[in-house]
Amino acid sequence: MEANIAIPSDSKDTWSGGGNKPFGASYGKMMMWFFIVSDALTFSGFLAAYGLTRFKFIDSWPIADEVFTHIPFVHGNYPMIYVAFMTFVLIASSVTMVLAVDAGHQMKKNKVAWYMFATIIGGLIFVGSQAWEWNTFIKGSYGAVKTTDGKVLQFVKDGHQIALSDFVVGDRMDLRETNTRKNGLWFESGEAVPQYSVAQIMASYKADPSIQIRSEKMNLDLKQKIILSREKGASELANGKFVIEGANLRANEYGNTIFADFFFFITGFHGFHVLSGIIINIIIFFNVILGTYEKRGHYEMVEKVGLYWHFVDLVWVFVFTFFYLV
Amino acid sequence: MAHAQSHTKRIWNVFWILSAITIVEVVLGIYKPASLHLTSILGTSPLNWIFIILTLAKAYGITWAFMHMEGEKKWFRRSVVWTAVFLICYLVTLLLIEGGYLYETLAPLVKW
Repeated sequence: MEANIAIPSDSKDTWSGGGNKPFGASYGKMMMWFFIVSDALTFSGFLAAYGLTRFKFIDSWPIADEVFTHIPFVHGNYPMIYVAFMTFVLIASSVTMVLAVDAGHQMKKNKVAWYMFATIIGGLIFVGSQAWEWNTFIKGSYGAVKTTDGKVLQFVKDGHQIALSDFVVGDRMDLRETNTRKNGLWFESGEAVPQYSVAQIMASYKADPSIQIRSEKMNLDLKQKIILSREKGASELANGKFVIEGANLRANEYGNTIFADFFFFITGFHGFHVLSGIIINIIIFFNVILGTYEKRGHYEMVEKVGLYWHFVDLVWVFVFTFFYLV
Repeated sequence: MAHAQSHTKRIWNVFWILSAITIVEVVLGIYKPASLHLTSILGTSPLNWIFIILTLAKAYGITWAFMHMEGEKKWFRRSVVWTAVFLICYLVTLLLIEGGYLYETLAPLVKW
């Protein structure tokens, strides 16, 4: 009979696999590693799908440096700087986490607590930054016209993209305004009407010969968006369907709809991981302060949550590369 | 594991290496030197290859030093790393080939 039993079950703590440690790793640590493998496969599934879509629309994909150009409190065009800051915050919080693990190996309770605290603060700064990034992305900064055949037309002057408010003048010509419960039908509030109408933009475009239209198509040799001639621009603009400012799941001013969809989905899924990591870190932090692990005799729990936290950092390294760099 | 020796110095070393790699990536990402950005080698620009290689270097640093993979038993390490690396390579290869096909072969025939 003994031969059928893999693990002696006479000890009371069989939930954790008992005292047996295959590969010299405890049950909890090993399962954390295998969870990380499966989560890594989930993320790579998303990123590979993003890669497939990007290859499919290789000649019209938005250029990251033209989309993510903002930093808080400062006006101007600064691609990359803000995400670099976010990356740096996450790496730094990874370091404080590994320092907490290291202090745990030496049973230094206060040090573990302080490093955990620093890790949590780093995590909060990161999700806060991501919220700001999303907000900027959703609000948009230039505005564009979406055509009936699905193209996104942006406006440029002297080769630089300009906002609709920089050149659109006159009135809307279609008398539309956003219906609210106050001025629309009493039982419904309508969809928000953009500030400008397509007809108004068309008239302003015709009135100012220095404005040109940029299509979403890319010159693959120069890796820049193609700027249309005035006549071609006018004929494209004639197909204008609606004005889009910022981004949502149905349309965005940056280009392909699915670009924003992937951005929301992948950075959102990663942000959700960071959030849950922060919550787990807070729980472990209080356990450290209460002396739970001091009584237990080891700080392995800090090590396990540390693995998860480093994994979140690891994923961000890839998201950073494939969304912002490549 | 009580009173094990401290690895603080190594941890900070890895931190500086990872930061330096990130800074290099950001500088290249902002300036995009034309000789690297507009040329092509093995299917994409040399700049993209630099980014991918630096990313893998960072991933190695995080996994080996921070997640302490270097201290695990050899076959435990392999059960995690080989599994993930093999499946990810497989998935990415198939999906990127498919994406290229959608652009080159299918796109001229279909209106998405």
